[in-house]
This record gives sequence, C-alpha cells and structure tokens, in this order.
Amino acid sequence: MRLIAKIGQWFDHRLRLAAPIREAAEHPIPRKSSSWFYVFGSAAFTVFLLQVVTGILLALIYVPSAAEAWNSLQALNHDVTLGWFIRALHGWGSNFMVAIVLIHMAQVFLFGAYKFPRELTWVLGVFLLLMTLGMAFTGQVLRFDQDAYWGLGIGASIASRIPFAGPAVVKFMLGGPIIAGATLSRFFTLHVFLIPGSLIAFVSLHILMVLTLGINEWPMPGRLVKRTTYEREYHELTKREGEPFVPYGVWKDMFFAGLILLAVAACALYFGPFGPTGRPDPTIIQTVPKPDYFFLWLYAVLSLLPPSLETPAVLIGPVVVILGLLLLPFLSGEGEKSWRRRPVGVLTVLLIAVAFGTFTRMAEFAPWSPHMNAWSGDPVPERMILHTTALERQGALVFQVKQCRNCHALGGTGGDRGPALDSVAVRLTHDQLVRQVIQGGGNMPTYGKNLSPPETTALVAFLQTLHPSGQAPARDASREVVLEEGPEKLTGKDPNGPQ
Amino acid sequence: MPNEIIVTRRGLLTKLAVLFNGLIAVALAVPIVQFLLSAITRGRGNAYLSWVPLGAVSDFPEGETRLATFRNPYVTPTDGKTADTACWVRHIGSDQFQVFAINCMHLGCPVRWFPQSGLFMCPCHGGVYYRDGARASGPPERALVEYPWKVEKGQIIIQAGELPTPGGSAAFNRRTPPCA
Repeated sequence: MRLIAKIGQWFDHRLRLAAPIREAAEHPIPRKSSSWFYVFGSAAFTVFLLQVVTGILLALIYVPSAAEAWNSLQALNHDVTLGWFIRALHGWGSNFMVAIVLIHMAQVFLFGAYKFPRELTWVLGVFLLLMTLGMAFTGQVLRFDQDAYWGLGIGASIASRIPFAGPAVVKFMLGGPIIAGATLSRFFTLHVFLIPGSLIAFVSLHILMVLTLGINEWPMPGRLVKRTTYEREYHELTKREGEPFVPYGVWKDMFFAGLILLAVAACALYFGPFGPTGRPDPTIIQTVPKPDYFFLWLYAVLSLLPPSLETPAVLIGPVVVILGLLLLPFLSGEGEKSWRRRPVGVLTVLLIAVAFGTFTRMAEFAPWSPHMNAWSGDPVPERMILHTTALERQGALVFQVKQCRNCHALGGTGGDRGPALDSVAVRLTHDQLVRQVIQGGGNMPTYGKNLSPPETTALVAFLQTLHPSGQAPARDASREVVLEEGPEKLTGKDPNGPQ
Repeated sequence: MPNEIIVTRRGLLTKLAVLFNGLIAVALAVPIVQFLLSAITRGRGNAYLSWVPLGAVSDFPEGETRLATFRNPYVTPTDGKTADTACWVRHIGSDQFQVFAINCMHLGCPVRWFPQSGLFMCPCHGGVYYRDGARASGPPERALVEYPWKVEKGQIIIQAGELPTPGGSAAFNRRTPPCA
C-alpha cells in the first residue's frame, strides 16, 4: 500500500491534480438536491462515454466509402465476432442518449434550474441537445442503407428550398452534384470528428459550470430567485445544510447510470442491431424509406402540413424553436422556480410531449402513405361480391386493378390515404360517385382519363353496393321526382322557387 | 507625461507577431475556403451536367412508361452503386418522349409508376402525379422534374448529372412541364 501511495505522490507532485479533483468531488450540494430527480445529466454523460467507446470499436471495421460501407456493416453483423452486439450497443445507446437528454432538459426546465445564474449552462445544454440530434441523424446516414440514402435525399430536398442559396447549399451538403461517395465521407467527418469534438468541449464546460455554480437547489414554492440576493442565499443554504457530493449525492447517479447501461445492453442483446436495410442502390426503387425513431415525428409533420405552409415551416420553424430555447433563461431568469407554481410551464412540457408522442405514433403506421402493394396483395372481401351482378363484379375488378385499394381500405385492409369505402354508397349518390371518380378532388387524382366509360359504369355500380345491409344507399330525391313525374312537368317553372 | 504613448520593444514585437500570424492565417484561409466550397464552384455553369444515353428508342415501346437507369456522368472513385440513377421514360408517340426524375418533388423519395391507373405514386407522404408528370394530389407543390432529352442515332439521351430537388437548379427549373 505504501508503494502505491508513493507512486501516487510521485505523479501528483508533477500533475497537481489531486487537490482540484478532491475539491470538485466534495463540493457541497444542498441536502435535498441529492435526489433521484437529479440523475439524468450524469446518465446522459455515461451513455455519451458508451457511445465514444463503441464508436471507436465500430470504426475499427467500418469503411466510410459509399461503395464499401454497406458491406462492412454486413461484415460487422455477420462475420466479426460480436460485431452485431457492438453495433446494437451503439444504436440503442443513441436512442437512450436522445431520450435521456430530453428528459434531463424537461427536468431542468420544470425545476427552474435554467434561471440566474445558470443561464449559460442552459444555453450550452441547448447546443448539446442539437449536437445529440445531429449525432443521431449523421449516425443514421453512416448506417449506409436505403433509408440512409433516401434520408439524405429528404435532407437535400429541404435544404434546396432555402431561397437563393438552396442549390448551392445542397451541393455543399452532398459534397457534389449527387448523393454519393463524397456525401458519406462528409457525414463521416461530421459524426466522428466535428460533432463529437464540439460535444466533448461543450460537455466539459457544461459540467464545469455545474461544479462552479453549484447544483440547483430543490425548488420551494414561493422562494423566488432575485439576481441581487440569489448567490448569497445559495451560499448560505449550502453552508447551513450542504453535504459533499461524494458520497452523499454520487451513489444515486452511479446506480442510475449503471441501470441505464444495463438497459442499453439488454435492448442490444434482445432486439439486436438496427439494419442495415437494403443496399444503398438508387436504382432499387421498391423501397419505403422511414427515418429513425426520434425523427419519426418530423416525418409525420412533413406530411400533415398543408403544402403552402411546408417550406416556411421547415425553414423558419427550427430557427424560432432554437431561438426560443436560447432566449428562455434571459426572458425568465428570475422568479418562481417550483413547477407547482408554474402552470404554463408544466402545460407547455405536457403539450410538447403529447404532440411528439402523437406524431410519432402516427408515423408508425403512416396513414398518409399509399399502400403500394394493396391492389395486388389485398383481395376484395368475399362478402362484398356475394349476390352481385356481373356488372358489379366487373366493377370490383376495376376497383382492384386501378389501384383504388392503394389509398382506400375495404374490410379494414388497404390504404388509409383516402376514406374507407365500406359504406361509401350511404355517403354519395350515384351522380356524386361518378363525379368523384372522374374528376377527383379533395386530394384525389382525377381518373377520367384512365377509365373508359364502361369501366366507370362498372366501378360505380360496384361502389353503390357498398352499404350496410340495414342502411339504404344515398339517393337523389330531385332525380326521383324527375323520373316519376317526367321532366316536362318541371320545365317552365323553377322547382326551388315559390309555388 | 500624461499623453505620452509608451511603446515598449516587447509590446511592439508581440503586436507584430499577432499581425504576422494573422496575415498567415488569412493566406491559408483562402485555399481552405476554396477547398471547402469546391463542390459548389466545380458545378458552376452547369458543369456537372452532360448528355448520357438511356438505351435504344426501341427499348421503350410507344405509349408506355418504363424505368431506365444510367451512370451519373460525374463520379468519384468511392461512389459505388450510388452513382447509378433511375428515371422514368415515357414514350408518348413517334419521337416524342418525356423523361422524369425518379425523385418526388415533395422530399425526394423514389416515385413508382402504376400503368394500370396511369399514376406515379410516392411511398413516403403520398405524393401522386399523372402520366405527364403533372401533380395529381398529395403534398408536392410542383410536377416531376423532366430531364432534357434528344434522340441521336436511334438512342435516347438525356442531360443529367445533378440530384433533382424541389428547390432545384436553374437547368431543371427552366423547363415547365406541359400540364403543370
């Protein structure tokens, strides 16, 4: 033991790090701040370390070349011993990191920890969130498969809409005129050098500020933050009831971080790595690209926005959100910290969480996308063609062959882009059906040019059979009057006019 | 001596050293920025575009729309399969063609042609186009991009080389689709 102590002393005589490390470890924290609510920051840091380690391991095998990347991922998955597990750890680590950073941010917001004097810690945190999302997106590109290729196409399409500079920005982003070798090299540089380098610098400053300014005290309703008195009050609080971070607070952080690592490993083991999906060959067009989990909400938003609002929303929206987050501590740097007395803040967090959840859920089944194979894969339910005439059956055939199923569901299968047609005859009369089929409208293409008159007649005859057995199909009352009384009775006088 | 400015030798040398390094930094920044922006500057004046063959006219039966592929004219050694590009060739009649980019004008996903309904459909957000490329429904704001084409020695050739995007480069946007 004495030898170890001696070696330690030899090093510290030269490094002089023992004193500042001890000081940092034993910095006083308010007693109530050694709480299970305060463990998310250190957990995010721990997952970041896991990402660094697994990332370096993957880089031993991965080849950042558009021609070879996909093959090297296959080698990792299938040939390299436990390559699949390291990939799975990195992929699940990424999901956990985004989730924990978001939870950390919500907690910091709800506990008012962004207020004076911790504004800069929050601002750095906003940049850390953006970098985390940047890592998630560039990492998805490095998993160079069909989703990555078309994901880049989506990125390029959005960037191209920037006024004036759009085409130049696209070429700068892609490193050339198309998504190809230079693009992957570029995103590799971002994912492996630029963003992680900045992350390490920002994380260091972020943690340093937590140490120098002290951890946020447990917010008490009614204890208001004032610039003039806060620091003196905090100092008195830590003096009166402060405890050294090690060991009073640290064990909760360590247990939680360990639990998270265990959860990442369990997910990696059970679910395995993400992809890669098909080879990134743009001539293979039988693909349905979808972004990774944490960008699914965006996928939903992009399809639900009205077309005219999309470009402004995509270009201006992020700027507004980021500016709002950056300005938050300067707009409400003082006052109430406790979430118990900040109903607007709590509702904002809830609203954002519910919105993200809803969009993500919607994106999982993507009701706006046509089912590309419904017309050839989903048969018309048998009961719908029982006891039908030859014409109606011919209509069912037209319905199937003309890919109506890709957007319209029958019997619960088929696309959700347009309304389900199980009872369309109740909603639309014969004339309305004909008009809708031929002219489209309400986001339906016009089929007039693609259907011959006999096909239209057959199709409408089939659609008119689609009503519940106990419910009569819609009818056009005025048409019946004309047919019963004869048109000559109606001519000469306005049917809607005074009698 | 209230207004006297004291210039020490060390102070002056430090300032000169800062200036010296500043000049060198600027001199180095010029090639660095040129290198960084080369992807943009290289493509000035449509330099990325050239004429590429899609195949014999006889490969594209009249009245049909078929998938064709070509190797992008501008390639780098690490491109692999990514430089292969697909496009839809519509042979209207005699020597009249339309060549559509594969990319949906909403967010660039690959559209698929359905001859039975005569529509292009996009699997991502439900963009739909008519047989002439005009927008039919869904979120896209404009028609499919058309490549300039011509027929030479029985071959159909198109002018291509850049990823077609909704913001698009001038070369593509000059052409307004016939039915848009």
